[in-house]
Amino acid sequence: MARSTSRTVAADSTTEPAATLVQYSSQFGYSAAGTATGQRRRGGSGRRSPWLIALGAVLPLLILGFWQLTASLQWVPAYLLPSPASVWSAAVDLAERGYLWTDVGISVQRVLIGFGVGAAVGLVLGSVVGLSRVASAFFAPTVGALRAVPSLAWVPLLVLYIGINEDSKVTLIAIGAMFPVYTTVAGALRHVDPHLVELGGAYGLGRFQLLRQVQLPAVVPSVVSGLRLALAQSWLFLVAAELIASSMGLGFRLLDSQQNGRIDRMFLVIILLGILGKTTDALIGLLERYLLKRWG
Amino acid sequence: MPSTDASPTAPALSVSLDGVGRSFPASTAGEPDRRVLRDISLEIAPGEIISLLGPSGCGKSTLLRQVSGLDRPDEGVVTIDGSPLVGIDQRCAIGFQEPRLLPWRTLEQNVALGLPHGTPRSAGRERVSQLLDLVQLGDAKHLRPRQVSGGMAQRASLARALSRGPGVLVLDEPFGALDALTRLTMQDLLLEIHAAEPATILLVTHDVDEALYLSDRVVLLGTEPGERAGSGAVIRSIITVPGSRPRDRGDSTLAHLRAELLQGLGVSIHHPAHTF
Repeated sequence: MARSTSRTVAADSTTEPAATLVQYSSQFGYSAAGTATGQRRRGGSGRRSPWLIALGAVLPLLILGFWQLTASLQWVPAYLLPSPASVWSAAVDLAERGYLWTDVGISVQRVLIGFGVGAAVGLVLGSVVGLSRVASAFFAPTVGALRAVPSLAWVPLLVLYIGINEDSKVTLIAIGAMFPVYTTVAGALRHVDPHLVELGGAYGLGRFQLLRQVQLPAVVPSVVSGLRLALAQSWLFLVAAELIASSMGLGFRLLDSQQNGRIDRMFLVIILLGILGKTTDALIGLLERYLLKRWG
Repeated sequence: MPSTDASPTAPALSVSLDGVGRSFPASTAGEPDRRVLRDISLEIAPGEIISLLGPSGCGKSTLLRQVSGLDRPDEGVVTIDGSPLVGIDQRCAIGFQEPRLLPWRTLEQNVALGLPHGTPRSAGRERVSQLLDLVQLGDAKHLRPRQVSGGMAQRASLARALSRGPGVLVLDEPFGALDALTRLTMQDLLLEIHAAEPATILLVTHDVDEALYLSDRVVLLGTEPGERAGSGAVIRSIITVPGSRPRDRGDSTLAHLRAELLQGLGVSIHHPAHTF
């Protein structure tokens, strides 16, 4: 039951993200669902063998090798494809000037604050809508309509209302992070095994105790996969926000480098975004592992 | 209100059903309400074991829900120990056909869910371990539900019901989902539990042999012959099972009652005695 719920919820939320970037998000949605169910199947006790972990490094190394080969044999001109070495020296250069750390630092900060605020709002709103039929009837259509607005459509309004500053960027990220959490939490709470809810009632649990002892623990796995989706959305919206209006951050560096023809820096930023996104996702993965062991 | 003290063995309580009836709104508008039960009157003595038997869909579980307080009758009253039952009641505990254990809790923590509110921690822990020993799960108390067999899970669910310290134990097909052998051992276990913690037990079963083996009286529910299906089930007959527990599963007088009950359920028994 719990398993099928989390799967439908995760699959359901793949239809949700803004139309602009559906492909990336839906891809992520499937991978998040796959991880959750996969770990449950192993009962949380299985540890991947070092060989399988090492296998994951093979493809990046192959790509790196092919990239180096392509660059050194000049199959593609250097203004379109910089060599790995030049990307590395661009990194060292930016680090020495201090830009690298400010860019990474400010971007991570924006993602974390936006994700935190968005996830918190999504949790509260999702819980209210998931637990109360009345609240669901009242809120769900409106939230659904807001969710259907491609998120980048908010940018001009945010810039107008809040201005070009940290707040508008963080707000955009929070909007992006909120919806996946809202959808998964509301869906999961609505689908908590009615047998267990009835059981709680039969044993005299009041509304709050029922929530604390039965409903919340039952949705922990879904909440975590919602958080995972939200984090991916946060990085997505970060770059969107920084591309549009900013004076520092990874998205700004990307746009700035394009305008200055610094393709080595563009590659650097893209690689950094991949590494940072994967790292934060892995951290949530650890949390998921722990929570599924405890509550799954 | 009855006392909520968590003494290990709460006394068994009497149950009285007086003209209980229950109808549900029709699924299509304009149709009359669907009446499931009517005129159910039954006096159950403290400590008695009563089986409810009846064809599928005749309202056995509905009747059980009235006695456990999960549902309220729209006619008649249910009285426990002389005071009427309104809603979920401390004096009553229910066991379901499925164990319904919380998957994220150990068996021990699941059993503790049944403890009356305000049970002191140490007393609660002691009570839970006592009950786990009673249902022979002392060694499995730290396991999660998914790590144990169906029979073990159902035993944990029984222990949880008992931890409520009920005067009346209501069981909805408690062994229905178990394999035949496990069912037999669970029946014996239920009788041991009843001897150790003599609650009044009202259980629904599909199994005529189980009913005869366990109960003092078997209550046969069903619609009266000639009535149309929507008129509601009544008590067709009440059979007092002779002898005392533990009964011999092969007893010949029970075989006779068995034939009678099966006929009451509308099952032809293909017995040579009936072919002359």
